[in-house]
Amino acid sequence: MSVKLNIRQVGDVSVLDAVGRITLGEGSSAFRETVRDLISKGNKKILLNLAEVSYIDSSGIGELVSAFTTVTNHGGQLKLLNLNKRVKDLLQITKLYTVFEVHEDEGAAVRSFT
Amino acid sequence: MPDHNSGAATSVERLLASSLESVDIGEGLVTEVALKAGLEEDERHRLGMAVRESLVNAVVHGNRYDARKKVFLSVSANRERLTVTVGDEGDGFDPSALPDPLAEENLLRQSGRGLLLMQAFVDEFEVRRREPRGTQVLLVKRLAAT
Repeated sequence: MSVKLNIRQVGDVSVLDAVGRITLGEGSSAFRETVRDLISKGNKKILLNLAEVSYIDSSGIGELVSAFTTVTNHGGQLKLLNLNKRVKDLLQITKLYTVFEVHEDEGAAVRSFT
Repeated sequence: MPDHNSGAATSVERLLASSLESVDIGEGLVTEVALKAGLEEDERHRLGMAVRESLVNAVVHGNRYDARKKVFLSVSANRERLTVTVGDEGDGFDPSALPDPLAEENLLRQSGRGLLLMQAFVDEFEVRRREPRGTQVLLVKRLAAT
């Protein structure tokens, strides 16, 4: 199973609910295309909800990083919401926990965008 | 390739195609052996990830999806250890020549974290030259004494 992505607009923040696996192949390219599409439409505040993501591999991590730099380079912000323990572990091992802004409450996360 | 299962010891070998389907097949095979060996769920997941990363490397970077080349997977378990080897028929590489993915200047690189994750998720890890050609990765999980 690859990742399924649903976009919700909460104020001026695009909340991207991801379900499934972000791994090499279909899962990671679907994610990349969705983020680029949001940016091209001028949505520069993106909150990626990973609550229902069961698996991310190094390729998926690469896609998160790529999305982060794409959004940042366009003057936007990409933040993460609801990491499960396994994803949190991955971000700690790769030292990316210090790069991404991570939230556990959607309301607070949405309000944190400037 | 043979499967051996005698009492507590298990040994499985597979020749896999150089395709991404092989990654799922290999990961599934190893996690199945790990389940039978009594490895608990989180550690099975970690081992599965390490195996996945090594299979991806073998297919993508080693064999470069070349249909003429195979990926060699072996998994064996006894009471103390679960041992996995993943081999390819590529040109080989020097792990020490790769950029450090934890260096500040490399944190935002899109790739290069596979070896780091393999190392983090198993108890013993080694990259060695495979004869006559290619690379072999050794992954070992120590099993809790019961």
